[in-house]
Amino acid sequence: MTHSQKTPLHRPAPHESCYLHVKGEARYVHDVPPPPGLLHAALVTSPVAHGRIVELDVSAARALPRVHAVLTAADVPGVNDCSAVIADEPLLADGEVHCCGQAIAVVVAESLADCRAAVAAVKLRVEALPAIFSSREAVAAGSYMNGVHIIERGDVQGALARCALRFSGEIETSGQEHFYLETHAALVLPEEGGTYKITSSTQHPSEVQANVAKVLGIPRNRIVVEVLRMGGGFGGKETQGAHLAAWAALAARHTGRPVECWMNRDQDMLFSGKRHPWYSRYEAGFDAHGVLQALDVFTVPNGGWSNDLSRAILDRCLFHIDNAYFIPHVRFEGRIARTNRPSNTAFRGFGAPQGVMIVEEVFNRAAEALGLDPAELRSRSFYRDDEEHNRTPYDFPLPGPRSQRIHEELMESSEYVARREALEAFNQRSPLVKRGIGYQPLKFGVSFTHSMLNQAGALVLIYSDGSVQLNHGGTEMGQGLHTKMMAVCAHELGVPMGRIRAMNTATDKVPNTSATAASAGTDLNGAAVHAACVTLLARLRPVAAKVLGVDVARAPDIAFADGQVYIPGESYETSFDAVVRRAYEDQVSLSSTGYYRTPNIKYDASIGRGKPFHYYAYGAAVSEVEVNLLTGEHRVLRTDILHDVGDSLVPSIDRGQIEGAFVQGLGWLSCEELVWNDKGFLLTHSPDSYKIPTIGNMPTDFRVELLQQATQPDVIHGSKAVGEPPFLLAISMVTALRHALASVRPGAAIELKVPCTPEAVLREIERLREAVTVQERQHELTT
Amino acid sequence: MNALRFYVNDHLVEESAVSPTTTLLYYLREKLGLFATKEGCNEGDCGACTVAIVDAMAPGGPKFRAINSCLVLLPMVQGKRVYTAEGLATGDDLHEVQKRLAEGFGSQCGYCTPGVVMSMFEAAYREDLDEDWKLDDQMCGNLCRCTGYKPIYDATREVAGTRPEGRFRDVLEKAEASPMTLTYEHGAQRYFTPDSFEALWDVLEDHPTARLVSGGTDLSLEVSKQFKILPLLVSVEGLDALRRLAVDGDTLFIGATARLADVEDVTAERWQPIHRMLRFFGARQIKNRATIGGNLCTASPIGDMGPILVALGATAHLGSREGSRSMSVQDFLVGYRQTALQPSEILTHVTVPAIPATARCVAYKVSKRQELDISAVSAGLYVELDEANTVTLARLSFGGLSARPATRAAQAERALVGAQWTLESVERAAQSLKEDFNPISDHRGSSWYRSMVASNLLRGFFHETASGAVPALPYRPTATVNSFAGR
Repeated sequence: MTHSQKTPLHRPAPHESCYLHVKGEARYVHDVPPPPGLLHAALVTSPVAHGRIVELDVSAARALPRVHAVLTAADVPGVNDCSAVIADEPLLADGEVHCCGQAIAVVVAESLADCRAAVAAVKLRVEALPAIFSSREAVAAGSYMNGVHIIERGDVQGALARCALRFSGEIETSGQEHFYLETHAALVLPEEGGTYKITSSTQHPSEVQANVAKVLGIPRNRIVVEVLRMGGGFGGKETQGAHLAAWAALAARHTGRPVECWMNRDQDMLFSGKRHPWYSRYEAGFDAHGVLQALDVFTVPNGGWSNDLSRAILDRCLFHIDNAYFIPHVRFEGRIARTNRPSNTAFRGFGAPQGVMIVEEVFNRAAEALGLDPAELRSRSFYRDDEEHNRTPYDFPLPGPRSQRIHEELMESSEYVARREALEAFNQRSPLVKRGIGYQPLKFGVSFTHSMLNQAGALVLIYSDGSVQLNHGGTEMGQGLHTKMMAVCAHELGVPMGRIRAMNTATDKVPNTSATAASAGTDLNGAAVHAACVTLLARLRPVAAKVLGVDVARAPDIAFADGQVYIPGESYETSFDAVVRRAYEDQVSLSSTGYYRTPNIKYDASIGRGKPFHYYAYGAAVSEVEVNLLTGEHRVLRTDILHDVGDSLVPSIDRGQIEGAFVQGLGWLSCEELVWNDKGFLLTHSPDSYKIPTIGNMPTDFRVELLQQATQPDVIHGSKAVGEPPFLLAISMVTALRHALASVRPGAAIELKVPCTPEAVLREIERLREAVTVQERQHELTT
Repeated sequence: MNALRFYVNDHLVEESAVSPTTTLLYYLREKLGLFATKEGCNEGDCGACTVAIVDAMAPGGPKFRAINSCLVLLPMVQGKRVYTAEGLATGDDLHEVQKRLAEGFGSQCGYCTPGVVMSMFEAAYREDLDEDWKLDDQMCGNLCRCTGYKPIYDATREVAGTRPEGRFRDVLEKAEASPMTLTYEHGAQRYFTPDSFEALWDVLEDHPTARLVSGGTDLSLEVSKQFKILPLLVSVEGLDALRRLAVDGDTLFIGATARLADVEDVTAERWQPIHRMLRFFGARQIKNRATIGGNLCTASPIGDMGPILVALGATAHLGSREGSRSMSVQDFLVGYRQTALQPSEILTHVTVPAIPATARCVAYKVSKRQELDISAVSAGLYVELDEANTVTLARLSFGGLSARPATRAAQAERALVGAQWTLESVERAAQSLKEDFNPISDHRGSSWYRSMVASNLLRGFFHETASGAVPALPYRPTATVNSFAGR
């Protein structure tokens, strides 16, 4: 008898909700049919970036028809705080406001139109105080928060003095709006006995639960937070969704009615924090062989008005300034600027892209100064698998770095060297259109850098008909986490994917969860699901032995696969459903929790030493761009990516993450530009003026390959995290642009700013051309 | 007074108890409980609200049109059939576009997906999506933040033009025009869609403050974004004569309410500069509703059709009860948000003369993002040359550089006329151009950038027309100006 060894693991699979998506049946918070008596909550927000509230009179607003409440800080029954880490973020401003858009009061009314009328009727006077907006201004004013982090090794100054090539500079990277298609939303239902059921668009239901409990002054067990799915998160819903839930819960507490707090696009973009804009100063030194020897960095993210996750984001930046390169002498110092912007928050990459941009700027400048191929130059400084070249700045020896292998494979498959030569020849004969090619390697540490957070739970329920409900602590935001968890569960229990239903994430199923973040959702929750299934299977094996009619001692030999239960090579066979039915009859428990914590990680920030990550993901990209010298417009003609996801759990999902992250990175570095006026008000608060990539911005020729034979030990089924790392690969576009611009005026130093909007590129083109005379330009045009 | 009457997913909806400025998006979600259609921006810039309507009166026969339901007011679908993502499956059988998108890994978070499905749905029944850039154009109005677009692009390419078997073919075949005429009142708000000019003049006489509307892609923003209560709207969508789109001998006739998507089709050969401008004008959903009349009558300094129509020497034709009159489009666009229209007068159509072989002409649009963006600079550039290669006529018209729409660059033109059409004279004109304008700086571009780009477009214009009078739209161009002949 042959048995199918079918397992959904390591095979392509569509997203578990894809049919619901295309039929429009997939529900998000704002699509939940309105419960009877639903009220809406909206905000009165600060019109100034920094100021003192001198008048807040809500009486006229309260008196309006259909307005049920107008709530201020005084109405908070518990603690007026909705922060993630340190208690520095009042849910409603009390006395002072710190950014445009900060919440001052919540109006609660029967419709959004009634809310607008109520907001307009609130009398608010704020006396403006001096404000700080940029990291540069904060550095000048010494406006910092939440400490300093230093990672140091060797003797940077001494090494710099010995370097053959030594230079210093500054680099700024810009913010980025998450632009999840689904804006922030929360729906709160007050239930019996002072309990609350909350449906929230959040990556972190446990934190929503904790913050609402704190604000209402009640224990957490009175609150259940449920996440259906998110219409995109990207980090933007790691902490900041909690505010909406807390405003709505406060409103529900005061009115006793269900309350939805939903933001339209403008409100969402004005309220929410973004990717941290970042300012850095650096000094770098290369030896005579073009190997990076020393790097001294002072780096300052723009935290906004409160900490949010800024400290962890700064930490991850420092852990990634080295990227894929062994740098013998380093000093990385980071501080967080406190400014009068909305509090900046997690966004895919979490500080790593900004850190990596520093070292890549260093390599690009060095290559241009030395007249070397920047890909070749980068490879000279790779971490290598020997004791001399494998220690990170925090003195952890990298086990088996994969940069060199990926580099070699990608250089060959992308035909980098030949194409680079061909492009240079092309540029010689093309006066107004230039092309360039850029290479970008990456190494990305996987784990929450706050080690305690690396834990997860699962709850697997088998019903007596053999169908399965799968609960785990992770949330689905489009990244395919549920699909992967279903694959793991189906594999372990030996049932088809169709027998498993992934349940909404809920705090009454798995408590005390960490955010679905740090790309670690699959690693942590997958291991927890695995653990739960192992427990269940241990109970089912003896039952299966009975059903198969074999001795219980043979239980370990029994295989569970694709709904069948059998002993390989023998004729004993039954079904999963039959075993489950028997287990129920035999009074065997058919549900189990599972738990996982990442072993052996610990980092001490006070000395800048330790093992912050369980392992590292690797990858590399080669991008080719074309630039028009008349307008500064540019396009990615081709991108080749080779990315390391270990043994991919579900390759179609991983590929989608890589492509999506790359294009999102392109947006950060090219068309996405946040523009604020001098009063600290965001001018680009809708897609009319804030331009994320659309279909024409994807690389015309887009080739993504997964690294083969790449098993990662000690991670669920040999896989690796994928959510954030490929975002970094978009930096290849910047390097390619620099290559293209180099032919405008060979030998000139390039000072390309990001984001590389057409204007930013044209400015650089014109700066480079300054010395080119009209006659020379005409000569170029005619040849 | 009439009730609103239309079909949603083949179910008849009759409604007389809502404001006439209720958006279709709001109505679908809040009144019909159809939650597939999402609000992602409420301004036509993300596509999450995309639905399809049957346009029974489309040139060349009935068509499905993907439109932004956030910018459609209910009276605009009077008598029409509307389809949403909920309405495409037949029983348990998904529509082909749904199947391809789902199984091609084209959804991640799923929030943009119903809108993507509806744009793909239109694509499935279009027979002209035969080039890659046309697929970009079809789908660029649907933002997706998750996938990076590749699976969406691939799935669209698979279904485009396949006209899948099944009931939707029948819907198209059996589609019949139904009158849009409507008189609708709710509370203090009124909406008229007259079906004759006589009726229109009557309404305008009785209500001199009425706002005229057709596609509504601009006006509806006052409802969807500014939450204004518009007391009185008069739609000219019910007047068949205004929809006329035709080539009369050597003249292109564009009725005021002809859809820009159709104008794009009709201009592909002989009025290539208009065609090219429309490629970057906006998303398919917008072009499926927007009209030449709306684009000119709003007289926005960043209206994209003005510059190319002025450059081509187009004529605006105006009508009122008193009769008709005409003037150049340039004279029609009087100033910032100001036209030559008198009270109770409307723009009826625009005519565009043929582009002579002696002319050189291109339209350009520069913005932060090439697709679905508002211009930093737009330009319609036109010169005529005699046998001696002397410039006999120059019309260089720019948007985004001054408050007045489609302003002519007088000094640059003066530098060209009478001069040889050479790089030297173009360079002189490019320098003069800097004297013609003093553009503003805003979040779309600095004064420096607008100025520099305007001059560079003139340089690019010379370069691009070196090998042909009117260059065709390049394949997926890197830039608005195609300065690389060797492609």
